Amino acid sequence: MSEVLVIGAGPAGLAAARAASDAGASVVLLDASDALGGQFWRHLPETRPARNEKYLHHGWSTFRALGEALESSPTVTIIRSAQVWAIEVLDGVAVHAMIGEPDGARRERRVFRPDALVLATGAHDRTLPFPGWDLPGVFTGGAAQALAKGERLAVGERVLVAGAGPFLLPVAQSLTRSGSRVIGVLEANRAARLARGWSPRPWQLLGAAGKGLELAGYAAGHVRHRIPYRLGRAVIAAHGTDRVGSVTVAKVDAQWAPVPGTEHTLEVDAVCVSHGFTPRIELAIAAGCELTPNRFVAVDGNQRTTTDGVYAAGEITGIGGVDLALAEGEIAGHFAAASATESVSAPPTAAIRRRRVFTGFAHRIEAAHGIRSGWSGWLTDSTLICRCEEVDFGSMRAAAVATESESFRSLKLGTRAGLGICQGRMCGRTTEELLCALNPNRELSDGAVSDRRPLASPLRIGELAHPSSQNNARKGTP
Amino acid sequence: MVSSAIVIGAGIVGAACARSLAMAGLDVTVIDRSTAASATTARGEGNLLVSDKAPGPELVMALAAAKRWPALVRELADELGDGFPGIEYEPKGGLVVATTEDGAAPLLRFAAAQRSAGVDARELSVAEALNLEPDLNPAITAAVHYPQDAQVHPVNAAEALLASARRHGARVRQNVNLSGPILDANGTLLGIATNEGELHADAIIVAAGPWSGEVARTLGVTLPVLPRRGMVLVTSRMPKRIFHKVYDADYVGAVGSGDAALQTSGVVESTESGNVLIGSSREQLGFDDRLRVDTIAQIAAKAIRLFPFLADQAVIRTYGGFRPFMPDHLPLVSRDHRMPGLWHATGHEGAGIGLAPITGELIAALVAGAAAPCDPEPYSLARSSLEPHLTAVA
Ligand SMILES: Cc1cc2nc3c(=O)[nH]c(=O)nc-3n(C[C@H](O)[C@H](O)[C@H](O)COP(=O)(O)OP(=O)(O)OC[C@H]3O[C@@H](n4cnc5c(N)ncnc54)[C@H](O)[C@@H]3O)c2cc1C
Ligand SMILES: Cc1cc2nc3c(=O)[nH]c(=O)nc-3n(C[C@H](O)[C@H](O)[C@H](O)COP(=O)(O)OP(=O)(O)OC[C@H]3O[C@@H](n4cnc5c(N)ncnc54)[C@H](O)[C@@H]3O)c2cc1C
Repeated sequence: MSEVLVIGAGPAGLAAARAASDAGASVVLLDASDALGGQFWRHLPETRPARNEKYLHHGWSTFRALGEALESSPTVTIIRSAQVWAIEVLDGVAVHAMIGEPDGARRERRVFRPDALVLATGAHDRTLPFPGWDLPGVFTGGAAQALAKGERLAVGERVLVAGAGPFLLPVAQSLTRSGSRVIGVLEANRAARLARGWSPRPWQLLGAAGKGLELAGYAAGHVRHRIPYRLGRAVIAAHGTDRVGSVTVAKVDAQWAPVPGTEHTLEVDAVCVSHGFTPRIELAIAAGCELTPNRFVAVDGNQRTTTDGVYAAGEITGIGGVDLALAEGEIAGHFAAASATESVSAPPTAAIRRRRVFTGFAHRIEAAHGIRSGWSGWLTDSTLICRCEEVDFGSMRAAAVATESESFRSLKLGTRAGLGICQGRMCGRTTEELLCALNPNRELSDGAVSDRRPLASPLRIGELAHPSSQNNARKGTP
Repeated sequence: MVSSAIVIGAGIVGAACARSLAMAGLDVTVIDRSTAASATTARGEGNLLVSDKAPGPELVMALAAAKRWPALVRELADELGDGFPGIEYEPKGGLVVATTEDGAAPLLRFAAAQRSAGVDARELSVAEALNLEPDLNPAITAAVHYPQDAQVHPVNAAEALLASARRHGARVRQNVNLSGPILDANGTLLGIATNEGELHADAIIVAAGPWSGEVARTLGVTLPVLPRRGMVLVTSRMPKRIFHKVYDADYVGAVGSGDAALQTSGVVESTESGNVLIGSSREQLGFDDRLRVDTIAQIAAKAIRLFPFLADQAVIRTYGGFRPFMPDHLPLVSRDHRMPGLWHATGHEGAGIGLAPITGELIAALVAGAAAPCDPEPYSLARSSLEPHLTAVA
């Protein structure tokens, strides 16, 4: 039986696995996490389910249905705690995974050589740096969300949520539900831009009905808990000694540059900041897939990438939310199976229709909430940009000015920004944009990008040296 | 009278040439089809090694370079000031060990020959070696300490050489690609055509690293420079536990070999920031840069053989590049006797970082009549060891 390998068990990957299995392929589904669901359906371990899980997660029933169908299918193998660390494209595609708990003594090194591959690796949330963002009590939206959804932990008593994008709303909602008091949500964009994108109130959304409903739910939550939602404002500094105690908030202009004289201080014991998402495209790059000018994975109408036999779905092809991820996943899984089994079946027309609707939604999110360049106006010389390597804005500027370098690679190696343990997952895009703005010609022209990571995750040298077990990964084989 | 020069390639070799030529009073333009210090120079380690070189002309150049680097680092720091990214020159010394019974005698013989050629090569007992490197695998069979081996940050060094060249009047033009030669009726090279127009100079110097063969061909001559791929692993930062450049003596065999098939050996060192760099491999695959997991797995296994504690350390990145390989294993720093006006500064294979300053000074001596840092003959295109390769490629 021909095999489709799916990497990522978020909405896109689950939908892909199911569609591929329905289309007659044998499926292997890998995820680094020990649970299915990805970022969106992050939940408590099965051993301590929450009674109100369905309130905390939109589309919980969709998730349960997908999960159950895959678990019970005899032709689907789900491998959890499977970290894909490299993709090799020599003769055909080889997917290298480490299987087992990340800190376990001996993970197993395995290699898969599927007939077709679906990449559904999702996104990280992105937070722009500001003075004090490295203080305890400052969370990225994603980290706060993970604590609230996965651990049911309250991150603070008086919490401010800030940044840009509709993701701020579910963050505020999960915080409230896990017992934090959210004193406000600050959206950097102003009403005029949001209106051009869709409407001054992001939840008043037409067209994408499901998404509209979901956002309406968030908005209702805001009303119930009386959370003020303010536009054109940003957190420009956090203050405190061992933990954040207050933040400086300011008005920002249409380009997100702070407006002098509008600063004021708010007392908080936690702040959650998120400015959007960065797709996790290192595996796609490793597989040789071409990117779009905005640096998502380029796909055709069948979700096929430019590498033979490799398909992509979900946030790596464009930030569009869970419904788009589900539609794309279904299409990718269907056509990956068709290519693996060399058969033709009726195209998944319903999914293709849904994809069209939600793609429009994704474009409007970007138009309304995408990051603007003026934000660097709130940086000071001592603001850390790369936290792993403790590189501050002042030393980045000094290097850019002294060398006049137009090379991202040279500046990265020279300043060490992005060279640390997270390999620029946190700061990579920000570092690129700042170094580009600091160059006298406003240009970095060496073609290097922070997304290229031939090792998609760290591994122990002993694990790398250990021989791998070759694997065709079909059910029943060891 | 030679008064102007164009350097093709802004890697560390081109940067060093540009600086020396500008300091000799020439009007210098450097072009690079991409950006400076971003190609091979940004994809290796930064060692200045005498330890891996057998007696001969490459060792002569390496010894001159070992002597030159400390003063050069001071000159550049004085010129460029504190804001400039640090060159991180560290005369840490090398420790070469044999890991097999059979490997011991050849290592000690090699060191004895080096000693007679002026290298400081000190035979150590196992206990003495462990004194220098407490975490080293004690199951070694021989060890030699080379105090002259050192390390620099290759990219920062190249940027510093280039910034200094600019201060001496050189122009650096990035994203300018060569498209062909400008020749007179006698075949003398008068300049080059580029995507940004024609450039004229008395001397045109090819310093295009592993692409020097392609560049030479575009200009109308053959040059047997080939890419020889190398991979490196980078660990996460850790408290310093490795104090020298430590490598397995079988590395010397790999360096000197002309074999195109994959060869790996354990080469381990810490950087100033606390990451450990682990090499290395040598393989001829053209410019194929696809990841090969077997290669990095072999490197990992050999590093553990040297330092068993590394087995539990995390590797966070792998990178690599293409060494500019010469079939007779010697750099080329020379006039091209086949085309007046054309010069070469290339073919340094795995030693271009260390040898760059002497290469720059030698080129300036040959082109502009400055004082030569060493006898130029062995690095000439007319040397007999290159003859078969020039005709073979032609
Ligand atoms: C932190 C965070 C929180 C979010 N919270 C919300 C929310 O509350 N509400 C909302 O509407 N939207 C939220 N979103 C957006 C939403 O998650 C996405 O729209 C949706 O999850 C996209 O689905 P996906 O399948 O593309 O990716 P994901 O759900 O991100 O799934 C990708 C999966 O791939 C796996 N993976 C990635 N790389 C590898 C690898 N190398 N090896 C093995 N496995 C790998 C990951 O472990 C993950 O499970 C959030 C996004 C993020 C990043
Ligand atoms: C894994 C590895 C480890 C290494 N370790 C060491 C070490 O420890 N010590 C050491 O001394 N050396 C080491 N080396 C070797 C060293 O990196 C090289 O010898 C050195 O960088 C060569 O420098 P270069 O300036 O000649 O070439 P490059 O740095 O490659 O510069 C050549 C330049 O020419 C440009 N160019 C190419 N074609 C054209 C064109 N048509 N027009 C215009 N410009 C063009 C390129 O864009 C490039 O910028 C290592 C190499 C590798 C791969």
